[in-house]
Amino acid sequence: MEEMDEIVQEFLVESYENLDQLDRDLVALEQEPGSRELLGSIFRTIHTIKGTSGFLAFNNLESVTHVGENLLARLRDGKMSMTPTTTDVLLAMVDTVRELLAAIEERGTEEGVEVAAPVAAITAVLEGREPAATPVADLLPEAAAPAPAEPGVAEVAETEPEAVVEAPVAEAPAAPAAAASAPAAPAAPEEEHTTRRNAAESSIRVDVDLLDTLMRQVGELVLSRNQIVRQAAETDDLELARAAQRLNLIVTEVQEGVMKTRMQPIDHIWAKMPRVVRDLGSSLGKKVNLEMIGRETELDRSLLESVKDPLTHLVRNGVDHGLESTEDRVAAGKPAQGTLTLRAYHEGGQVVVEVTDDGAGIDPERIAAKAVQKGLRTAEQISLMSQADVLQLIFSPGFSTAAQVTNVSGRGVGMDVVRTNIEAIGGTIEVESVVGRGTTCRLRIPLTLAIVPALTVECAGDRYAIPQVSLLELVALDADRAATAMEEVNGAPVYRLRGSLLPLVRLAEVLGVESERSDGHVLIAVLQAENKRFGLVIDRVLNTEEIVVKPLDARLKAIGTYSGATILGDGRVALILDVQALARRAMAAEALERTAADEVAGEAAKGVGEQLRMLVAGIGSGRRVAIPLSSVTRLENIPSDKVELVGSREMVQYRGQILPLVRLDRHLGAMSERHTDDLVVVVYSAGDRSVAIVVDEIIDIVDETSDVHSDIDDPGLLGSTLIRDRIVEVLDVRSAILAADPRFYTDPAPVLDVDGTITTSFQEAL
Amino acid sequence: MSTRLVTFTLHGHLYGVDVDAVQEVLRTQPRTRIPLAPKTLGGLINLRGQVLSAVDMREQLELPARSDEQEPMVVVIRVAGEPVAMLVDSIGSVVDVEDDQFELPPDTLSGASRELLLGAYKLHDQLLLALDVERAVAA
Repeated sequence: MEEMDEIVQEFLVESYENLDQLDRDLVALEQEPGSRELLGSIFRTIHTIKGTSGFLAFNNLESVTHVGENLLARLRDGKMSMTPTTTDVLLAMVDTVRELLAAIEERGTEEGVEVAAPVAAITAVLEGREPAATPVADLLPEAAAPAPAEPGVAEVAETEPEAVVEAPVAEAPAAPAAAASAPAAPAAPEEEHTTRRNAAESSIRVDVDLLDTLMRQVGELVLSRNQIVRQAAETDDLELARAAQRLNLIVTEVQEGVMKTRMQPIDHIWAKMPRVVRDLGSSLGKKVNLEMIGRETELDRSLLESVKDPLTHLVRNGVDHGLESTEDRVAAGKPAQGTLTLRAYHEGGQVVVEVTDDGAGIDPERIAAKAVQKGLRTAEQISLMSQADVLQLIFSPGFSTAAQVTNVSGRGVGMDVVRTNIEAIGGTIEVESVVGRGTTCRLRIPLTLAIVPALTVECAGDRYAIPQVSLLELVALDADRAATAMEEVNGAPVYRLRGSLLPLVRLAEVLGVESERSDGHVLIAVLQAENKRFGLVIDRVLNTEEIVVKPLDARLKAIGTYSGATILGDGRVALILDVQALARRAMAAEALERTAADEVAGEAAKGVGEQLRMLVAGIGSGRRVAIPLSSVTRLENIPSDKVELVGSREMVQYRGQILPLVRLDRHLGAMSERHTDDLVVVVYSAGDRSVAIVVDEIIDIVDETSDVHSDIDDPGLLGSTLIRDRIVEVLDVRSAILAADPRFYTDPAPVLDVDGTITTSFQEAL
Repeated sequence: MSTRLVTFTLHGHLYGVDVDAVQEVLRTQPRTRIPLAPKTLGGLINLRGQVLSAVDMREQLELPARSDEQEPMVVVIRVAGEPVAMLVDSIGSVVDVEDDQFELPPDTLSGASRELLLGAYKLHDQLLLALDVERAVAA
């Protein structure tokens, strides 16, 4: 019922405004009776009121506007022409409508307003009779007298004496009210008016352009505030400092206030979701219960528009792919009806919107396999990723988890488009999932686009702004650490950030300017864009501040490195870096990451004693071997009888691939002590090729190794090291792999024939 | 018919643009350079809170670059409703010129400047080169 009230309120506000316009139009129409434009406008207004009143079941209102509409239609179509009489009845109609609206607003019902009279008056005009014959005119006997019996309409216009028409004009508005005066009705409104503002007064419509202008000006105000606060902080003038402080507070409040004027509840876009879910559910044969929490959560109207499509896509996706079929749900012991929950809330200056289903969840294994299959990531990249990170791969371009393309959400518009759209407005998206329990997609959207928190940095003496939303952390390296911590992979700089490689982008190089940093210190802003992390090397970090985003003209946008400009506290212009574009531009990211990973494997194999995770395995004869974990994709147990012989080499079929085997005990001259019918293998992959290294047992995974002593000359080993007080041999992975697959580093992957036998280049190699 | 032009100099030559296109004339403004931008873009200027692109007219007309100590002046013009800044050597004045003083650019004139010039007004002591405002600040 509350919703209904809201609709009625909106209808009232809208209609009052329309009526005011109508009054003006009708009067104007008298000046230029032939104006189609005016007639059209009046007709539309009345038509709108009629339509809505019919919908809201205000029958009296509908009947009045209905006859009015008929009359207007004939006038508009030129079947009748305007006469003072028609103007009168139309004005009378407008007044009646106004009274009806007032009655509805005050009493919630249109009872007690006389409508028969104006309806009859309009009908009379429609039928070419004189309104004088109607009850309205009856109330004014002197007006009734001179009415001619049956003149043509056009004739009326000419013959009608002015005075006679004047009377109804003046009286008609009052007449219905007088006739309507049900005892209590007129008195009640008087009292109500004093306590309650009527609908039209409590809210006003404001041109969006005006709001935009206000927002811009507030932006200027924020900048001036920043400037003054900064200067006040530098002086000893207490008065000025206090004034600046006050200014600071007030500007913040004004900024919030103006931002609020542009805010609309998210319900505006949620309102159509029940229908989307219902239609989709029934077409898929799924029962779906849609829950919406936090519908009143507000965000900037321009953002609301941008969020609409991605959100709809997520909802459709949730129903289509997230929720299982009814049978599957029942089989899994869940209620037959699936639940899709939309939740919105404010958190840390952002709006969070979640789309949660209680469906089957997303299996990271499947995502990983798919990502490898599609060539989005290599197996070892996946092995280095956390499960949560693997899930985010669904947002990669070219990834679609739908096993089969449905006409619902598999039309080539993938999750990557959702992410692109969200990132375009400075938002982020992430997915969480528990297999069997459901999936949550979480959007984080800034409250507004116009003013964003940013980090200001310096490069080659120029200042740039980086939106905070892309910033993960800052790393400062002094000259000594920078010298060792920054490494090169094929000439591309990388930094080891807590064990994983962070590709580095030197801002000065990207911009083609000379860095002014010559003391060897390195500052890295760790940024995230499109699910990729990279480090931006800058000269200096200056400040974090709220910046006002100014658009750039087209030729600057075309450069593709800047997303906008802003004015800093000292009045200078600074460019805002487009982090997404930087990520795309400065690194062929995937390639870089891949080479980085490969190189590390190679480096480790060469025995560089870094803090690497090592897998310690027993190979028999009491010997232990350490294998760099970064090169390991997977640990598996494989039944011995799966091993096939190709020439003199051993192979196994594994996940549709052929894995050449190398038995480390034989490779390194030990004697296996394992006498079971399965093999412990360490799968190592690079690109699309893998080999299986057979060991006796997996003993441990250790985080650190001391220096590798290369005092062992044995083939296949790099040296030895101490791990947990035991001497462990460090495997030369490269030589072990080459022993299994001589072409591992040079050839493309072998393939399984359709009949499942191995017919590959291996045989040629033998 | 007479036309009113705002004049300024570039590399010793006198140029003019239609006075109606000119919004204002400013002294040297702090500029923010734009790495990777074409050379003709001389930076960004803060004009009372509005960020303007500044077109270096010397670059645009393929004239020799300004010496480092020579700070450019700024002529703010409006093109299609949007203000754009032109960087010039010095500001001249507002002059009225007659149509009969006008001549099209000589045929021998080639390159960028021909595209940007409407023609020349023959003043009694020198030539006033009239710029096509829209083209002059186009990319």
